[in-house]
Amino acid sequence: MTKKITLNMITCRSIKQGVGIEAGKTSQKYFDACSIIEMHPDDIRELGIIPNTNVKVTTPVGSVIVKAVVPRQAHYPGLGHIPMGPWANRIVSAYTYSTGEPCFKGFPAEVEPAPNERILGAVEVVKDACGLLRKG
Amino acid sequence: MPKVVEDVTCPFCGTLCDDISITVSDDNKKILQVRNACAIGAEKFNHTKEPGRITRPRIRQPDGSYREGTYDEAIEFTARMLVKSRKTLMYGWANTSCQAMSIGHEIAEKVGGIVDNCATVCHGSSLIAIQDVGIPSCTLGEIKNRADRVIFWGCNPAHAHPRHMSRYSIFPRGFFTTKGHKGRIIYCVDCRKTDTSNMADRFIQVEQGHDYELLNAFRTAARGEPLPDFIGGVPKEKVYGTVEELKTGRFGVIFFGMGLTHTLGRNHNIDIAISFTRDMNEFTKFNIIAMRGHWNVTGSGQVLSWQYGFPYAVDLSRRNKARYQTGETTSVDLLTRNEVEATFYIATDPGAHFPIDAMISSSKKPSVTVDPHITPTTELADVHIPVAMVGVETGGCAYRMDNVPIETRKVVEPPEGMLTDEQLLTRILHRVDELLGETRAQWPTAKAPHEAGKVTGGAK
Repeated sequence: MTKKITLNMITCRSIKQGVGIEAGKTSQKYFDACSIIEMHPDDIRELGIIPNTNVKVTTPVGSVIVKAVVPRQAHYPGLGHIPMGPWANRIVSAYTYSTGEPCFKGFPAEVEPAPNERILGAVEVVKDACGLLRKG
Repeated sequence: MPKVVEDVTCPFCGTLCDDISITVSDDNKKILQVRNACAIGAEKFNHTKEPGRITRPRIRQPDGSYREGTYDEAIEFTARMLVKSRKTLMYGWANTSCQAMSIGHEIAEKVGGIVDNCATVCHGSSLIAIQDVGIPSCTLGEIKNRADRVIFWGCNPAHAHPRHMSRYSIFPRGFFTTKGHKGRIIYCVDCRKTDTSNMADRFIQVEQGHDYELLNAFRTAARGEPLPDFIGGVPKEKVYGTVEELKTGRFGVIFFGMGLTHTLGRNHNIDIAISFTRDMNEFTKFNIIAMRGHWNVTGSGQVLSWQYGFPYAVDLSRRNKARYQTGETTSVDLLTRNEVEATFYIATDPGAHFPIDAMISSSKKPSVTVDPHITPTTELADVHIPVAMVGVETGGCAYRMDNVPIETRKVVEPPEGMLTDEQLLTRILHRVDELLGETRAQWPTAKAPHEAGKVTGGAK
C-alpha cells in the first residue's frame, strides 16, 4: 500500500526561483527551481523513498507532481515547501477570506510517492488544469 | 568600442539598487557585462541577449496555435475587446513605469475596467492594515545611517532581496552606524531556519501561522504585563529578553514580508506589527517597512492612490466613481466568481502566481497579455504583445519599497520595431477613443462611459 503523509505547506520565494523567472518561465533553470517540494529528510524516509524521487501532492484544490528534495535551508519535520510558481499554485486555494489574498502559506496537503509520474512543464501544468493541454 | 553605463537602476525587486554598472557594445544593442548586481538582477540584464526572443505580437488561431501578427492587428483586437467588455480586469502594472500606468488608468476609466496590481497577492494585506492603523515608517537611507536594532519578520531577503542587507539593513556603515554589522543587533523571526536567519544574531522560531500571538506577546512584554510560558512555541523569557534588548536600541526597524501577509490573519498580523512598532516608540525610535517584491509595485500603489484614492483593486466600472473593496474588487476574487468579461494583463504573470482556480476562470475569457517574454499567462492569451523591457531597454519612473521615487535608465536599444509600454498603451488609448466615438455616432442617445463624468476618488 502506498504510504501517505500530511504536511503543513508553505510556498515561498527562493533565489533560484528568482533567477529562473529572469532566465525565462520555460527555461530549465525555472523548472529545476520550482517543480520541487522541499521536505525534511525524516518525512522523505517516512514515505519510503529516497531524495529526488517524484511525489504527488494533493489538496482539495487539486494535485501536482513534483520532486521531493532535501532543502538547503533548514526544515522541521511536518513542513513542506514548494517555491512560488505554477506547480505550487495547482494546490493553493483561491479562497481569500475577503482580503484578496489567497492562502499561500499554512494549508495541509497529502504527499505520496509517484516515482513513475512525469513532472509537467511550467506552461503545461497550467494548460493541463485549464483543459487546454493536448494529449499525445 | 564597448562603453560602460554607470549607476543603472536594477528593475527586479523593491530594493531598486541604483549602482549597477553595465558594459554595452558600441552599437548599443548588446549587454556584455553586468557588475554589482545580485544573481537575479544580472540574469535579468543578461536575458535580453538570449536568442529566440519574441519580437512581434502573436495572435491565437482557431486551432489553438499562435501566428505572428502586427502591432496594428494586436492593438485593434485589444481596443475592441476593451470597448466591448463591460467589466475588464486590467491586472499587473508592477513591472512597468509609472508613466505607462497612468496611460493604462486612462484607458480603464474610459472602458470601465478594474485596475489591480500585484499587491493583491503580495502586500495587499499590509495596505489594508496601513489604512486601518497608519504606519510609522522611514526611508532605507535612514536605516543605513541610524538603525541599530533590525528585525526581519516573515521575510527572507537573502533570497528575495539579495542586496538589501549589504546596501541598507545589516552590513553598511552609516553616519551614526560607523561599526556597520558589529554595531547592529539583527533579529530574524521565521517558522524555519533560513539563509537570513543564519546571518542574524538572534533567531526566534515561531510556529507556522502563530505570528499574531507572538506579536501580541511582544506588545504585552513591552508593557511589562505577564505572559503564558510559551507563545507560538517561543518561551516567554525569550520574548521578555528580546523586547528589553529592543528598548535599549537608539533606532529600531521591523522589515516584514510574506510570512505575515500570506498566513492566516493576514492584515491583522500587519495591524499588530504596526501597533507594536507604535508601542516601541514610547521607549525609542522605531519604524516598520514592508519588503515589497516587484520593483515598481509600490509605484503602482502610488499612482493609483494619487489618482483615485486607493492603492490597488480599483473598480472603475461604475463610470463616475472609483470603488475599492477587498474581497470584492480584488483580482483573485473577481476571477473565481467569474465576474469579469475580459482580462488585460500587463507586466505580470498571473498564470504562474495566481491560484489555479482563478486561472481556469481567466482562460475561458478573451484575454490580452503584454509581456516581453513567454510565460504561462501568454500561453493562455488570445493575443500576446511583446514590448521593450522597462529599466533595460527604456527608462521610466519607479518607486522603491520605502516610497522613494527613482528613475530607471535605458541601457540598450530594444529589438528593432518593438514598442515600449507607453507607446503601446497610447496607441490602444487612441483606438479606444475612436471606437467609443463611433459608438456614440451610431447610438446618439446612449451614454459612452467617458460622458458620464470624470472618475473621481471614491473616498470623497
